[in-house]
Amino acid sequence: MKLEETPQDKSALEVMTKELCYVVDENGNYTKSLSKGWEVKAAALDLAWDDIEIRVESARQKVLQGNASPILYYMELKIMDLSIISAYTGFWTWQIKRHMKASVFAKLSNKKLQKYANLFEVSIDEFKTIQ
Amino acid sequence: MKLDFNHNQSAHCENGVTCNLLNYNGSKKITEPLAFGIGSGLFFIFIPFLKVNNSPALSYRIMPGLIFKRTCHSLGIPYEKKRFSSTQEAQNTLDTLLQKDIAVGCQVGVYYLPYFPKEYRFHFNAHNIVVYGKEDDTYLVSDPVMETTTQLSSYELERVRFAKGALAPKGNLYYPKFDGEISDEQIRKAIIKGIKRNVRDMLYIPGPIAGVSGIRYIANRILVWHKKLDTQTFRTYLAQIIRMQEEIGTGGGGFRFIYAAFLQEAYAFIPKEELLTISEQFTQAGDLWRSFAVDAAGVFKGRLGSQQDIDNLAKQLNAIADIEKKAFIALSKIKWN
Repeated sequence: MKLEETPQDKSALEVMTKELCYVVDENGNYTKSLSKGWEVKAAALDLAWDDIEIRVESARQKVLQGNASPILYYMELKIMDLSIISAYTGFWTWQIKRHMKASVFAKLSNKKLQKYANLFEVSIDEFKTIQ
Repeated sequence: MKLDFNHNQSAHCENGVTCNLLNYNGSKKITEPLAFGIGSGLFFIFIPFLKVNNSPALSYRIMPGLIFKRTCHSLGIPYEKKRFSSTQEAQNTLDTLLQKDIAVGCQVGVYYLPYFPKEYRFHFNAHNIVVYGKEDDTYLVSDPVMETTTQLSSYELERVRFAKGALAPKGNLYYPKFDGEISDEQIRKAIIKGIKRNVRDMLYIPGPIAGVSGIRYIANRILVWHKKLDTQTFRTYLAQIIRMQEEIGTGGGGFRFIYAAFLQEAYAFIPKEELLTISEQFTQAGDLWRSFAVDAAGVFKGRLGSQQDIDNLAKQLNAIADIEKKAFIALSKIKWN
């Protein structure tokens, strides 16, 4: 990539920092240059987030229809998976899968709910009621 | 307390931490490209059946942690590396080291890293920062991908040092143990070692999924995915390939430009003309990775999508594999004496 080709497109990174790139100057020597972002990779990141939104919405519908517990919704919302929830809460993955059933979730003790609520950074009441 | 630490921005976090730490310890000669090349950082691997955030797992660089380790090792510099089971002990050790004027590299997760924008906060646990001071309850932090230094409260730092999930850092901290200068002779030896090891990793690693053959493997997977997967999933997978290739930390072109810069800098230590011509080949590979990214984006945004377009993506990847193979073979043939 040539120095003058360093992309300066809009990106989510702008608010945080410019990104350092290695580019070739007019004499063919490598030099550093700062990039605001590149539309190609911004598009890739956007698509990843669109996917997440779709998963969150589909989880929300499942919870509202009583086909899953709020754990599924929050797992998608926090971009987690079973192994991450397991590592933070100490539950086994098979337990978490069970807790994802609405019927099992309804009977969970406050102690267990609190572990999930802590991880998802919500109060137990918020946690139980998905809008 | 604040150490006299020089923050230099880098493209990639682990390179940056490595060369900033070496700089702090007295050597001004190790730049980011040198650290990357001496650490044999360039790689390609695609891991079938493993999913990250519901997308394929692939990487354009070697395993996290290896660049620091290999760079120190090749330069003959001793280092310390430590993981913890207790958060309290992890903090105490860090505080003690800072009091001894030691700047410390820490592996952290980015999900809870407060200064990262929300869009970048995935459960990625192999980010690296340097802690170079503590004022009251606040740690002074040099994150190499940032233009300036930043800060984390002790709670925030503990949270990211003990992030959980794949590649969990477990409080991992590390620092080189030496002071003084690194000699040109040490660097020359390390460069040769780094290049030879990179040749081995890219050309001779067994199996079809890694090194140059890994690039051909994923070219083939793209054709298969296109036939088998629904459009949405296919687009997600392509976008994932591009993100891993271009996202912050890669310096663009899937690290190929950093490697090309490394070969140019290596020439200053070992004046072999071949290094410069091979450097150009890696620049070319990086440029091709980027034009592949443009076409792949055309597909996942729905602008392109015919069978011919997909074939074209695979063809581009195979062309890249050819160039990189040729370049590494040329590197393996350099007579160093």
